[in-house]
Amino acid sequence: MLQNYFPILLFLVVGILVGVLPMLLGWGVGKVLGTNRPDAAKLSPYECGFEAFEDARMQFDVRYYLVAILFILFDLEVAFLVPWAVVLDDIGMFGFVSMMIFLAVLVVGFVYEWMKGALEWE
Amino acid sequence: MTWTSLNAWVAAPEIFLFCATCAILLLDLFVSDAKRGFTHWLSLAVLVVTGALLVRGYHAAPQYAFSHMFVADPLATLAKVGMVVGVALVLIYGRSYAADRGIFKGELYSLALFSLLGMMVMASAINLLTLYVGLELLSLSLYALVALRRDSVESTEAAMKYFVLGALASGMLLYGMSMLYGATASLNVLEISQRLMVEQSGNPLLATFGLVFVVTGIAFKLGAVPFHMWVPDVYQGAPTPITQLIGSAPKLAAFAFTIRLLAQAMEGFTPEWRSMLVVLAVLSLAIGNLTAIAQTNIKRMFAYSTISHMGFLLLGILVGNVVGYSAAFFYAVTYMLTAAAGFGVVMLLARQGFEADRLDDYKGLARTHPWFAGMLLLVMFSMAGVPVFVGFFAKLAVLKAVVDLGMVWLAVFAVAMSLIGAFYYLRVVKLMYFDEPEGAAAPLSGCMFTRVVLSLNCLALLGIGLFPNDLLLLLTNAVEFSLPI
Repeated sequence: MLQNYFPILLFLVVGILVGVLPMLLGWGVGKVLGTNRPDAAKLSPYECGFEAFEDARMQFDVRYYLVAILFILFDLEVAFLVPWAVVLDDIGMFGFVSMMIFLAVLVVGFVYEWMKGALEWE
Repeated sequence: MTWTSLNAWVAAPEIFLFCATCAILLLDLFVSDAKRGFTHWLSLAVLVVTGALLVRGYHAAPQYAFSHMFVADPLATLAKVGMVVGVALVLIYGRSYAADRGIFKGELYSLALFSLLGMMVMASAINLLTLYVGLELLSLSLYALVALRRDSVESTEAAMKYFVLGALASGMLLYGMSMLYGATASLNVLEISQRLMVEQSGNPLLATFGLVFVVTGIAFKLGAVPFHMWVPDVYQGAPTPITQLIGSAPKLAAFAFTIRLLAQAMEGFTPEWRSMLVVLAVLSLAIGNLTAIAQTNIKRMFAYSTISHMGFLLLGILVGNVVGYSAAFFYAVTYMLTAAAGFGVVMLLARQGFEADRLDDYKGLARTHPWFAGMLLLVMFSMAGVPVFVGFFAKLAVLKAVVDLGMVWLAVFAVAMSLIGAFYYLRVVKLMYFDEPEGAAAPLSGCMFTRVVLSLNCLALLGIGLFPNDLLLLLTNAVEFSLPI
């Protein structure tokens, strides 16, 4: 039973090797063959030729997350709608009404977020 | 697939509750803060109708719906009636507490009702997917409810811990369920049981593997040691009505969930899961009771006491027959009532800027508020298992089932641990009756209706304790009708 998992173990080992081996090789070969003379220009982050503006760790407005979450929530339904639309002829009235119930539930959520002001930026 | 073959009427209480909750969610948008009482009474009315639909739909024979995804059997129906009562008590007791702390909002009601819907789906699910969907609906609503006081550091910390650990537990459970599916090629609880036990066609090693993960997930959700770390922090950090919600009705849902997974799906593996549950029960009883002694916060003390009570619940389940399951069911129902009453008194004493959650806040309560000191006394005696109170008969039923199984050492251990537990329950009684009050008597919060319901709830602990047979018989019959043994 457990030996059925051997391919997965093998896959894991190969995956780790593919990830780690080039790094180790690059580091080792660089150590042996290359010369190490760092200066300020070489160590600074590259930003299209000019000086770096600011710290990469800047704060995002929490409203972006709200928009992102709402987008994902209402975007996902398309993943259900497209296959449903394709087979609508075969599933008939039953399939149509089922999807309408699903959409009605989503509309409840939509009305709620709208009324709560989640769609207002300010 | 046609409309009639769905048998949707079997799920009428759930469908009604869902539609009504959506309606409340939308109606509340047009209610001003001053008129929030409308949402409150509407929610209670919805709970009454849901309860009535449940009682009307009670059938001795299991009814299946949605192509064997959903079942309404006596066990599920009675558990759901208990949950409806539990959530109604939360809404009644929590109203003035929520109003004092600015969380008397529509979300409190819609989320509490959605969590009830999740519990009801959990109790009625007969397919691993429905079980999981119900569990997630319950958990997600509870995470949000714990964080309802957004600007309170303690609440957000509790919600974060609850969310992270709860998500981990759900992951464990899903992993276990996927292994059960791998072993039996079915997600239906009855088919899994059939393939593992009768046909012996499943893969027993893989099923045992899955069992370990499923038991881990269940223990997380019940809060049994060693998966109990979230319980004290969440109990302490959550607003008290939400602590009551977490501590009462979901225990019934978790009981039904455990019965479906262990007693029904994994019936053929009873010896395997029994030994796991023995370890969980012994650890829960020991660590729950011993750690509760050291607590100075009453909500934290209730948290550790819950852990030990879950140990007792597991004792009943691990017996693995109708007697044990019905004893555990009785324990879950009565514990739900006892915990609700305990938190009800805590919320009655709390007022704006004062949580009443330190044990010292209860000093001399018998002088200042003799009636509710007496009510808390009933709760404490019942939790400690003093005879004639309902907690005694719940413990007795569980211990009798364990002794009948021949595990006398386990019963002796449980009794010894309840003796240790009696210390911290009686300490509260001592503080109330034999210590001097710290300050002047403060007025109680809550309207007359709340106080009457709370008093009835506490007196019910005595009433059921005096006449436990009717309830025990009802629950035993329900288990017998629901489990094909």
